[in-house]
Amino acid sequence: MRRIISILLENEAGALSRVIGLFAQRNYNIESLTVAPTDDVSLSRLTLTTSASDVEVEQITKQLNKLIEVVKLADLTDGEHVERELMLLKVKASGAQRAEVKRVADIFRGQIIDVTASTYAIQLSGTTEKLDAFINALSESVVLEVVRTGVTGLSRGEKVLAL
Amino acid sequence: MKNDLKTASQSELEQLSGGDMLVRSLQAEGVEYVFGYPGGAVLHIYDALFRQEVIKHFLVRHEQAATHMADGYARATGRPGVVLVTSGPGATNAITGIATAYMDSIPMVVISGQVQSHLIGTDSFQETDMVGISRPIVKHSFLVKRAVDIPATIKKAFYLANSGRPGPVVVDIPKDITNPADLHPFEYPDEVSIRSYNPVTRGHSGQIKKAVTMLLGAERPVIYSGGGVIQGEGAGLLTALVKRLGYPITSTLMGLGAFPSTDPQFLGMLGMHGTVEANNAMHHCDVLLAVGARFDDRVTNTISKFCPYAKIVHIDVDPTSISKNVAVDVPIVGPVISVLTEMLGLIDLETKAQGEHNAKHLADWWAQIEGWRGQECLAYESNTSVIKPQQAVQAVYQATGGGAYVSSDVGQHQMFAALYYPFDWPRQWINSGGLGTMGFGLPAAMGVQVAFPDAQVVCITGEGSIQMNIQELSTCRQYELPVKIINLNNGALGMVRQWQDMQYEGRHSHSYMDSLPDFKALAEAYGHVGIKITKPEELLPGLEAAFALKDQLVFVDIEVDPNEHVYPMHVAPNGSMRDMWLKKGIRT
Repeated sequence: MRRIISILLENEAGALSRVIGLFAQRNYNIESLTVAPTDDVSLSRLTLTTSASDVEVEQITKQLNKLIEVVKLADLTDGEHVERELMLLKVKASGAQRAEVKRVADIFRGQIIDVTASTYAIQLSGTTEKLDAFINALSESVVLEVVRTGVTGLSRGEKVLAL
Repeated sequence: MKNDLKTASQSELEQLSGGDMLVRSLQAEGVEYVFGYPGGAVLHIYDALFRQEVIKHFLVRHEQAATHMADGYARATGRPGVVLVTSGPGATNAITGIATAYMDSIPMVVISGQVQSHLIGTDSFQETDMVGISRPIVKHSFLVKRAVDIPATIKKAFYLANSGRPGPVVVDIPKDITNPADLHPFEYPDEVSIRSYNPVTRGHSGQIKKAVTMLLGAERPVIYSGGGVIQGEGAGLLTALVKRLGYPITSTLMGLGAFPSTDPQFLGMLGMHGTVEANNAMHHCDVLLAVGARFDDRVTNTISKFCPYAKIVHIDVDPTSISKNVAVDVPIVGPVISVLTEMLGLIDLETKAQGEHNAKHLADWWAQIEGWRGQECLAYESNTSVIKPQQAVQAVYQATGGGAYVSSDVGQHQMFAALYYPFDWPRQWINSGGLGTMGFGLPAAMGVQVAFPDAQVVCITGEGSIQMNIQELSTCRQYELPVKIINLNNGALGMVRQWQDMQYEGRHSHSYMDSLPDFKALAEAYGHVGIKITKPEELLPGLEAAFALKDQLVFVDIEVDPNEHVYPMHVAPNGSMRDMWLKKGIRT
């Protein structure tokens, strides 16, 4: 089952490598990973997605908690949550394709953020499934380049992951 | 204004270089001994060591031995072992010893030199990314970037190494940070707190109560104790608990000595080479109390067939150990001392209220266990022409009166030592259980001897293992460490050979040690005493003569039967704990 694990990590050199190393060392997988400092500059917030059974995910979260630089963590998929991923695409936009690509981008509420005579750069955010659907909706020959941030998210309601 | 005050108070502090700060920090931690090897990146630190007399340094012949010496010291005393090595090859040579300590949760602080800060990342001479290389085998590591950070970093390193589930901590220090020309105010912190690290101080009372109810209601209970009991200083309480309950107890390889092996309630070691009574009791029990043990694959045999009838209570200080390999019914996360104290209190309360209601069941259970014990699985056939390795270990027990610290290397001799030398006190048995490091035994024994100069320290080894760190005979000579080396010499890598006999139709692929040295002459070349024993009747007198030489290292080379196997041995794959080979070709 897909899990979203969100971690408050000491914003220190080497902390990220311990998290990633743990996954490699113990044969867990990381499907996506995103990390940046928070409003508290001493902390980074790291969000990763992994596929694991309940038993595995219990072991993963315990092992992560054991890392000295992990301050706090939550499995967002344990409860209701919101999640988003940001994607930038460069697509061919010439001839008849130009109007068609814009139409599809509009349907998915994507924004065109760079324009040349023959290309568009499109920005789109949403769940992983929505981003996948957008790529599928464009014909393969149109897509030149795709870059995705990986999933980030928050628990719904009052629950917060903070110190 | 605030800043001015700070500057004023700092100016009253002693001004020290980074190298001196490091040594003073180690002194402040009460460090008596450092095990190490100098080199370019740590020369400033070695100079600081030279100019003081509080800490004694032991110069090894290979950095791996420094880590094992520190490890042996830590296992025998419970205090962190301290290692000092240089950058590059010094650091990488230390890796096996760090991994050994990590797998067995041994407190250790390893200080490694690093190239100068401005050279890091340029592939400079003797540069290696020590923090990166050691990352999967340390509890934590630090790269010190400023000299002023040295005291707090050392404080943290010792705190981390020695609290919660102990383990090795690496502190990597670039050479420029210890420069004697740069002075900084020195103040060693009294306390340390790490916001993301708060080891548990007691177990959950509700869980402990549940566990006690389960234990007291058991009909076929077994207590299974591991290295955590020794590391957590819980041996006395465990013994009290076992005595109070009257239940049978077995132990992992790492846990031997926590409960006296000569006590009739002790069933012997369990696991791959465990006794028939221990493995059968595990298999048939209805309540299992695991204390400071981690359900390692060398214990459980096939996981799906492990303890099929048992409700399991598991006490461990590390939450990741719980339900990692085997799902448990009552997990208790906490230090063994506080949990066992609470359990003992509750047991008294509960039994006062209800009386001992399972006496009949317990008597039946013991009768069944005595039946298994009656099979005498450790019996072996001896003769007058060749020395059996089991017999050699028993003779060592006899010659030392059971009172020696015993280290071992890895292989058949390790199992023979574990099975035929009964350990009666915690920290008496020093061996690499988790990583299984050949070459551990001699330097570990040296570390024990450093800690206890007057104690009898024995290294039971084989001709394969001893050659992995035999250069340390020279260190023993320099520091007059009178370790007794018992070399069970069968001219082959015995455990490898045993597996080749059992699983590869006797094809002994590269397990024969050709061109062995004359160990007696070798010991003498290093300035020690060497004794060679080849006949059964020479065994005890030879050993007694060796142990009588209290102030000298004696290398006792004993020619043992090369065809002997270690039994019992789990049937694998797909066996349960009770499925064992009892002798060649005979199984349960």
